[in-house]
Amino acid sequence: MATSTVSNSTMHDEDVLIQELGYDDHFHDHHHGDKFKSNFITTYIFSMDHKMIAKQFLITGMFWAVIGSLMSLVFRLQLGFPEESLLWLKPFLGKWIVVNNGIGSLSPEFYYALVTMHGTILVFFVLTAGLSGTFSNLLIPLQIGARDMASPFLNMLSYWFFFLAGMVMFLSLFLSTGPFSGGWTAYPPLSILPQASTGSGAGMTMWAMSLVFFVVSVLLGGVNYITTVLNMRTKGMSLWRMPLTIWAFFITAIIGLLSFPVLVSAFLLVIFDRTFGTSFFLSEIYIGGQALEHVGGSPVLYQHMFWFLGHPEVYIIILPAMGLVSEVLSVHSRKPIFGYKAMVFSIIAIAFLSFIVWAHHMFMSGVNPFISNFFVVFTLIIAVPSAVKVFNWISTLYRGNVRFNAASLFAIGFVSMFISGGLTGIFLGNSALDIQLHDTYFVVAHFHIVMGVAAFFGMFAGVYHWFPKMYARFMNETMGRIHFWGTMIGAYAIFWPMHYTGMAGVPRRYYAFDTFETFRHFIELNQFITIAAIITFLFQVVFIINFFYSIWNGKKMTTKNPWGASTLEWTTPIHPGHGNWEGKIPAVQRWPYDYAKNGREFIPQIEPMAEGEKDGGH
Amino acid sequence: MTVLLGLLIVVLLAVVVVQIGKVSELAAKIRGEEEMQDIVNKRQGFWSLIFMIVFLIAVTVSGIYYKDWYLGFGPHDSASVHGGSIDSLFKWTLLTTGIVFFITQILLFYFAYRYSGSRNRKAAFVSHDDKLELVWTAIPAIVMAFLVIAGLDTWNEVMADIKTGDDYMEIEAVGEQFGWTIRYPGDDGALGERNYKMISGDNPVGQNWKDEKNLDDFHASEIVLPVGKRIRVRITSKDVLHNFYLPHFRVKMDAVPGMPTYFVFTPKKTTEEYRNELSKYAIYQAPADPADPNGDQLWQRFEYELACAELCGKGHFSMKKVVKIVSEEEYKAWAETQKSFYFGQVRGTASDPNADVWFPQEITERKATFEANLDSARTASSADKKVLRFEYVNFETASAKLTPASKYELGFLVDAMQKYPNMTVEVAGHTDNVGEAAGNQTLSESRAKSVYDFLVEKGVPAGRMRAAGYGDTRPLGANDSEEGRAKNRRTEFRIITQ
Repeated sequence: MATSTVSNSTMHDEDVLIQELGYDDHFHDHHHGDKFKSNFITTYIFSMDHKMIAKQFLITGMFWAVIGSLMSLVFRLQLGFPEESLLWLKPFLGKWIVVNNGIGSLSPEFYYALVTMHGTILVFFVLTAGLSGTFSNLLIPLQIGARDMASPFLNMLSYWFFFLAGMVMFLSLFLSTGPFSGGWTAYPPLSILPQASTGSGAGMTMWAMSLVFFVVSVLLGGVNYITTVLNMRTKGMSLWRMPLTIWAFFITAIIGLLSFPVLVSAFLLVIFDRTFGTSFFLSEIYIGGQALEHVGGSPVLYQHMFWFLGHPEVYIIILPAMGLVSEVLSVHSRKPIFGYKAMVFSIIAIAFLSFIVWAHHMFMSGVNPFISNFFVVFTLIIAVPSAVKVFNWISTLYRGNVRFNAASLFAIGFVSMFISGGLTGIFLGNSALDIQLHDTYFVVAHFHIVMGVAAFFGMFAGVYHWFPKMYARFMNETMGRIHFWGTMIGAYAIFWPMHYTGMAGVPRRYYAFDTFETFRHFIELNQFITIAAIITFLFQVVFIINFFYSIWNGKKMTTKNPWGASTLEWTTPIHPGHGNWEGKIPAVQRWPYDYAKNGREFIPQIEPMAEGEKDGGH
Repeated sequence: MTVLLGLLIVVLLAVVVVQIGKVSELAAKIRGEEEMQDIVNKRQGFWSLIFMIVFLIAVTVSGIYYKDWYLGFGPHDSASVHGGSIDSLFKWTLLTTGIVFFITQILLFYFAYRYSGSRNRKAAFVSHDDKLELVWTAIPAIVMAFLVIAGLDTWNEVMADIKTGDDYMEIEAVGEQFGWTIRYPGDDGALGERNYKMISGDNPVGQNWKDEKNLDDFHASEIVLPVGKRIRVRITSKDVLHNFYLPHFRVKMDAVPGMPTYFVFTPKKTTEEYRNELSKYAIYQAPADPADPNGDQLWQRFEYELACAELCGKGHFSMKKVVKIVSEEEYKAWAETQKSFYFGQVRGTASDPNADVWFPQEITERKATFEANLDSARTASSADKKVLRFEYVNFETASAKLTPASKYELGFLVDAMQKYPNMTVEVAGHTDNVGEAAGNQTLSESRAKSVYDFLVEKGVPAGRMRAAGYGDTRPLGANDSEEGRAKNRRTEFRIITQ
C-alpha cells in the first residue's frame, strides 16, 4: 500500500499527503469559491451543509435541554419542598399554581404534565436529536472523508421536521387543558381517553403529532447517515478503518430506522382509537359514569409496540455517546482505543440485543410470566458487551499520557456514570427483583444515570472536543472544568440518593409522598435532591455562557489539528467551507487509532503505512 | 424588583465566571501552553483521585446509613413467604455489582491519576490483548449466568399460579381513578361474574346479580387477610391502567382493563408481629404525631399499605388502602361482620334483577315471621286484631295482576289453610284516596279477586274464602302523606273462623 516516495518520512505536511494521495473529485473544476453559491438564508437557515445542520441540531437541542431541565426543577421544588409556597411561579404558570391558604403549590395535573414533557423532551429532542443529530451530521462526512451527506436536501428537511416537531410540542405547553400528562410512554387507556385526564385531549393530539414529525426527522436523518457511511467513504476508508464514532452513528441510524416506524404505527392506532372509535388498545372501560363500547383491544399491545421502539431508543441515545467517548478518550490518552474490534462487535451485539429485550419494561404489566424468562436472559446478556466496553475504556487510560481537559474529563465521567447506572440495570433486568423495584425511584436513578447523565456527558465531551471544528475557536477550559466537576458531583448528588428511596419501595411519578406511611420517610433526602438539582442546573448555565461566549470570543484555533488527532476531520481547513476539503479528498491509509506508535505521538490516517508496518493496531 | 435583582446577580455571576476563564487563558499565554497543560494534567489527575476517594466514601457511608431501607435488611424484611427469595437474590446482586462497582471505579480514576500526561512521557502503544479480552468477556458472562439462573428460579417460583387442589383464597382488587374496590368471595369461596356494562352507581364493579356466586361476595374497606394462607389476588381495572402494589409483600402487578391479572402470595407476618419488629428501630420510635410527644410511637400506628404503581392520572399518588394481616380466628370473626354487597345494598331496590325470586334463606325467615304473625292473630281476642297484612303481595301498576314474587307469601297462606283445616278467611283489597273513589273500589275488588283466584288455583277450597274490595274507605293512616298512603294501599286477610 505504501508508495516509495512518501513511506519512510515522518515529517509530511498533511496537505502534501492529500495533494499527492488524495482522491480528485473535481470539486473546483466548475465553480470558483463556494460551489453551493450560498447566501445568508441558505447558509444559516435552510442550510444544506452538514456542519451547519449539526450546529442547528445542537443549539436547538440546547434550547430544549434548558426547557426540559427547568421543568424538572419546578417539579423537584414541589417534591422537595411541598410545604413551601410556589406562589412566585404564578406569573409564569398561572392557573397551574393552585393557591390554598395563601400557599401556592403545583397542581397535580400540571405536575404530571411537567414530568411527561420533561421525559419526552429530554429523550427525544435533546438526547436523540441534540446528540445523534448533532454529531452524526458533523462527524460522518468529516470523518469518512465525504464532502457532505448523501442527500444534503433530505438532511435539511430532517432538521426542519425536528424544528416543526419542536414547535408543535412547544405550543402544546400553552393549551388551556394543559399539555399531555400521561407519561412519556403514553400508555393507553390514559393517553386515549380525555375523560381520564385533561391532558389527554388536545395535549395528546399535539404530543402525538409532534412526535410523528419527529420520527420523520429521525428517519430522514437515519437514511442519510446509513447511505453516507455505506457509499461515500473516501478511498481507503474500509469499514474496519472507521473511527468508533462512525460505527456508533451508523449502527444507531440502523436501529432508529428499524424501530421508530413501529412507534409511529402505535401512535396511528392510538389516534384511530381516539378518533374513529376503533378498539386496538381499549377494552371494557367504564369511565365518567359511562361504559364505553370498546371491547377486545389490549393496552398491553401498545406497550409491546412502544417498547419495541422504546428499548432500542435508549441505545439510540447511548451508542453515539459511547462512540464520542471512545474517540475522545483515545485522542486525549494519546493511545489507541483498547480492543477496537471488540468495541465494534460490542456495539453490534448491543444493537442486535436491543431488539429482543423490550418486554423487560413490562415484567409487571400482565404479560405471561413464562415469556419474561426469555427477556430476562437476553437483557442480562447485554451486560457482557457493556462490560467489555467499560473494561476497554479503562484499559485505554492504562499506560496512556492523559491530557486533561473538559472533553477528556467528561469522557472519564461518562465511564464512571455508565458503570454506576449500568450495574443497577442488572437488578432491574432480573424480573424477580423487578417485582419490587419496577416503577420505583430505583428505576429513575438507574435510567437517569445510565442514559440521561451518561449520554449528556458523552455529548459534553463531544462538544468540548469538536467545538474548534465547529467554530474555529476553543471553548474556555477553566469554565469547562468548573462545568465538569459541578456536573459530576451534582449529578451523583441528584441521582444516587434515589437508589435508597427506590429500595424502600417509593414509587416514581408520585406528586406527594405523605399519603403513605411507607413512602414518607425521605423528606430530607428529597430536599437534598432538589437542592442538588438546582445547583447542578446552575453549572449548566456556565456551559451555556461558555458555549456562546466562545463562539465569538473563544481562543482562536491556529493549527488545523489542535488535539493531535489522527482522524480526517482535522485535515480540513480551520474554516472548512461547504465541501470540507478545498482540493482533493484525502485518501485513507490506515486505521484511525495509531497513537503512540513507533515512537510517534500520532500518525494521521492519511499517512501511508511504512514498509512492514501492520494496520489495525498490530 | 426581586426578579430584577435576581437577574442582576445572574449576570454578575456570568461575568465573574467568564473573567475567571479569561485569567486562565492569559496564564497559559504567559507560561506557555504546554507547560500549562502539564500543570492542568497534574491537578486534574489529583482531583480525579480525590473525587474517587470522596465519592466511594460517600457511597459507602450513605449506603450504610440507609441500609435499613434495602430489601431484606433492617426492619423492612418482606412480610410474605416468597419475599424472602427476592430479598436474597437482591443481596447477591448487590454483593456482585458492588464488587464490580468498586473495582471499576477505582481503576478508572486511579488510571486517570496515575497516567496523567506530561510532555516528558509518552503513552504506550497498547491496542488490544486477545487473552485479556477473552477473560473479561468470560467473567461477566459466567457471573451473569449465575444471576440469571437464580433470578429465573425465583421468578418462576413466585409467579406460579394456583394449581388444582391447592388450598387458597381468592380476592379481587378493582382499580379505578382514584381508588380500589376490594371484593371477597364470601362463604362459597368463589367470586361471582362481572360485566363492565353492569357497572353503575349501585353496582361499583359490575357484578352480575343473576350469578349466584355473587350473592355472598362482599366489598371490604380494608384488605384483611389471614396469616399463612395462600392468597390469589385477581387484579383488574375499570378505566385506565393501575398497579396493585404491596411494598411489604413484594407484590406488584398491573391492573389492566379488560384483562384480569393475578398475583399469588402468602402473608407471613401479622400486622402486630411486623409492628413489634419495627419497634426495635429508632426511626420508628419517634412519636407518630409530633404535637403529642407522649402519644403513640410510629411503629404502633404502622399499617401495611396498598399503593398504585402505574401512572393513572392526577390522583395516582393517593390510591391507598390499608392492609391488615391477622390470625385465622380474627379473620373469621372479621369476615362474619362483613355483609354481602348484594343483600346489604341491592336486594329489594329497583336495581335488583332477582326481585321475582326469594332465596331459601329469605323464604325460611319470612315464613317464620308469617307464621308467628298468624299465631298471634289466631290467639288474639278482639276481631279487629285477627287481620294479617300481606307484606310481599304486590300488583302491577294500576292493574290486578299479581307480581311474580307475590306467590311466596300467598303460598304461606296456602300452607296455613292446610294446617288449619277449619280456618276460613276473607281476602280484602284496599287503596289510598288517589283517583276516583269508584275506580278505587273496582280496583280493590279485582285485586282481592286475583288473590282469591290464585289461592283457589293452589288448591284452597273456594268455600273457605271470600274476596272483598273496600276501595279507600278503610284507611289505616292519613292520606295526606306518602307514608300514610303507602300504609293504606294494602292487601290483607281476616280470619273469620279458626
